[in-house]
Amino acid sequence: MRAHNPAKMFITLVRMALLLFGTSLVAFVLISNAPVDPMESFAPSERNVSQEQREHIAEYWGLNKPPVERYFSWLGNVLRGDMGTSSSFRKPVSAVIAERFTGSLVLMLTAWAFSGVLGFTLGVICGANPNGVADRIIRTFSFILASTPVFWIGLLLLMGLSIRLGWFPLGLAVPIGKAASEVTLGDRIHHLILPAFTLSITGIASITLHTREKLVEVMNSDYVTFARARGESRAVSILRHGLRNCAIPAITLQFASFSELFGGSVLAENVFSYPGLGSAVSRAGINGDVPLILGVTMFSVLFVFVGNLIANLLYSLLNPQIRGEGRLS
Amino acid sequence: MNLRKKTLLIASGMVLFLLIIAIAGAVMPPELYAPDYAAKKLPPSAAHLFGTDFLGRDMFFRTVKGLSSSILLGVLASSVSAALALILGLLAAMAGGVIDTIVSYMVDMFMGIPHMVLLVLVSFAVGRGLRGVILAVALTHWPNLTRVIRGEVLSLREAQYIKAARSFGRTKAQIAMTHIIPHVVPQFIVGLILLFPHAIMHEASITFLGFGLSVDSPAIGIILSEAMKHIATGMWWLVLFPGIALVAVVMTFDKLGRHISALLDPHTAQE
Repeated sequence: MRAHNPAKMFITLVRMALLLFGTSLVAFVLISNAPVDPMESFAPSERNVSQEQREHIAEYWGLNKPPVERYFSWLGNVLRGDMGTSSSFRKPVSAVIAERFTGSLVLMLTAWAFSGVLGFTLGVICGANPNGVADRIIRTFSFILASTPVFWIGLLLLMGLSIRLGWFPLGLAVPIGKAASEVTLGDRIHHLILPAFTLSITGIASITLHTREKLVEVMNSDYVTFARARGESRAVSILRHGLRNCAIPAITLQFASFSELFGGSVLAENVFSYPGLGSAVSRAGINGDVPLILGVTMFSVLFVFVGNLIANLLYSLLNPQIRGEGRLS
Repeated sequence: MNLRKKTLLIASGMVLFLLIIAIAGAVMPPELYAPDYAAKKLPPSAAHLFGTDFLGRDMFFRTVKGLSSSILLGVLASSVSAALALILGLLAAMAGGVIDTIVSYMVDMFMGIPHMVLLVLVSFAVGRGLRGVILAVALTHWPNLTRVIRGEVLSLREAQYIKAARSFGRTKAQIAMTHIIPHVVPQFIVGLILLFPHAIMHEASITFLGFGLSVDSPAIGIILSEAMKHIATGMWWLVLFPGIALVAVVMTFDKLGRHISALLDPHTAQE
């Protein structure tokens, strides 16, 4: 298969390296120009940091060197796997990211799968009967959702379901004041539902509208007209021709939406005080925790890139038209 | 009345609605949303349409003021972003070669960073505050439009009349100014207006997270983040009304963009 030949894989890896390099450069230049004292942001004075630690930080960040050299010394450290120490968590950045990402991953995966399934289903309902009552309601709803900020949806759910009705906890990933060993899976799921639902809302609108357009297009195509003329019912032709043709772009779109997913998780995690990467990065930004901001930025770029890569690979894998030798484009 | 006139009328109504909010917020005397300790935590009523908050501030006037600054900030940031996109897109497509590669690489790179992360990064780097928010929102929104404009110019470059102009010895810069820019203007305007809703939403999100404007300035993001802090007190109106108002403004901008796009499209001229 073409997508898997070594040359192409190599080019992809080079592109990824280039993107990460560019991002690190831009992020570093931006941060270096921040109107904060570097020492202050790396080791805030209100926290008791010993002289020895200060020297260690100055050495790690190359604070007494010119900017270009500073960038490369930082990059060298990162490549060796040392991303510095987060000042707001007082732990190595890599440890914070690893710990926080597991939380985020569960949240994002749940939201992602839910928005994909629900969005696709709604899109098929719309496209099956264009301009019908269901289509109009769902479409209006999608347009409203597309204009609604994630955090406000979170606030509404929090207000309605947690505070008014008391169905869900107010936030966090586990019950407050419970020992880690006593936290059950049920507790975790109970805490996950609202943030995950909030986060999934962002993805639903785009996938619904996209699937609807695609299904309408397929249903108006010559081959479906022919199938209908042959005596296939509308429902059967949707099942046989519609779903298959809509599924490929929908799956690709869903994988390509990792960027919005990650961005949305920043807001959703903040509303629900959910301990994930998103709430970590905004906390880092507020506290001036430079190493963590840089670390999460790089990590998020990697995350988005992997999503796009999967989207590309799946597209060539699933689409028989561009699979193997018989490439059309 | 034909469809085109109707669209024009609706679009004008939307512009009027947005202008009224923007101007009303800008000229509003601060007394209207000043704390009034005699009227704390009041639910919505005829005297206070959106209720009052824990300091007795009238939420209706605060919301209008907040929306007004969101609209102004969003429009400003989108304009910076769109101008950047126009220049870069034109430059990349006309110059080609290395410049094109660099611009395309930048577009790819900026699109690869999740918007919220980039917003946090830029507003931290520029120093929190008004300038940070404008720059952050401007820097997150240029790549898409750049790509659109670049593609448009690339296809225009192959048009017969451009080739003819070139064979008459016109320089690239002259061709860009007299033949290409006028053709990209409609796309540019639509792109610019469709940036507004995104910019306003992102502005609200980043101020909600605590970056940007100072806490006592009535920005819509700050209003909602205060509502979140007091959410357990059961003052539902603090969450509901400012949010609905924000969604209404964002949707109006979105619809406006679509209407103007339809109006500028020559295919609708006969409708």
